[in-house]
Amino acid sequence: MPVTILIPTVLRQYTGNQATVAVDGKTVGDTLQNLAAAHPGLKTHIFTDNGKLRSFVNVFVNEDDIRQKGDMNAPVKNGDEVSIVPSIAGGRR
Amino acid sequence: MALATGKDFIGLVGHTPLVDMSHVVSAGGDVRVVAKAEWTNPGGSVKDRPAARMILEGERGVRLTKDKIILDATSGNTGIAYACLAAARGYRLKLCVPANISPERKHMLAALGAEVIYTSAQEGSDGAIREARRLFDEDPERYYYPDQYGNDENWRAHYATTGPEIWEETGGAVTHFVATVGTGGTLMGTGRFLKEKNPSIQVIAVEPDSPFHGLEGMKHMATSIVPKIYDRGFAGETLFVSTEAAHAAIRKTARKGGLLVGLSSGAALTAAELVAGRLIKARQRGLVVTVLPDNADKYLTERFWKEA
Repeated sequence: MPVTILIPTVLRQYTGNQATVAVDGKTVGDTLQNLAAAHPGLKTHIFTDNGKLRSFVNVFVNEDDIRQKGDMNAPVKNGDEVSIVPSIAGGRR
Repeated sequence: MALATGKDFIGLVGHTPLVDMSHVVSAGGDVRVVAKAEWTNPGGSVKDRPAARMILEGERGVRLTKDKIILDATSGNTGIAYACLAAARGYRLKLCVPANISPERKHMLAALGAEVIYTSAQEGSDGAIREARRLFDEDPERYYYPDQYGNDENWRAHYATTGPEIWEETGGAVTHFVATVGTGGTLMGTGRFLKEKNPSIQVIAVEPDSPFHGLEGMKHMATSIVPKIYDRGFAGETLFVSTEAAHAAIRKTARKGGLLVGLSSGAALTAAELVAGRLIKARQRGLVVTVLPDNADKYLTERFWKEA
């Protein structure tokens, strides 16, 4: 069972209107790269030109902010939910 | 001798200072950029203006009475304004708010005694709007629902106050009016007033450059529920600003202007700088006026302060 990425409403136009996308990967970085590879329109919305997560984008693995868990190296396992949330001021989801 | 009297909350709204930002945005000489410092409103943002007017209008129309609960959707600042007004005037308040608003805002709303319903962060402000509509439709008698996105009193607040203030403070010399859009109230109301005074004034709207952005309170109209009060054809031009550009403008305003401004203020200044830059390049004169909706009090924990 792969990892499920929850797509914010405004980005669903780049995922063919899918609210969730299932991807494989061992780290958050892997899963987001695989997501962007499957849906290339998402890439510039999530990553900067040099491949870093944009500063206002928060990523959570289940309930945990990845910035406290090793950022893009944060481990994920099958069945985890990864959510992408615009930080609009450091907010948690 | 008459007793001295102070002002109530509503009496403190408006008449914000016009700050010269020219040196911050690399303008000066024949091209100046000035901005309304809206954080000096008692609730800390531009939203005190429409919120006060919508509450007063509800009272006048007897749609708002003490047994009603004030209900609306907001991404933060309008909610804080409502919370101040509701507390000061003795009303109950229920707000639908996206769960990813800043922790500072959550604390403020709680401190002011507002009841807050957090809606999905994934759905942003549109999710909050849908929830407010749902609650209202379920029990319309229970609520006063100003609906800031569809209430003409929102833009009229700016037509009656922000517009005349800018006209007076610039001695009618304003040539360009630049405003960020969320509900569109500031742009429509101020813009209409200024255009009536002088039709050659150019009105410029500022939107996030992407549907996925960190510019709290602003809307990417092409992918959002377009507010009923906002006419996308009204502004002569719309400029699109990236979240990163707004962050950079905020850092620059702190370090060159000594002012800690908020996210939409950063977007407004980015656009104002662009407009000023065109004028400078064309060797034209201009007085560019913009509105800084709030300051950085609610964003100080953001990561962007630490970037280059």
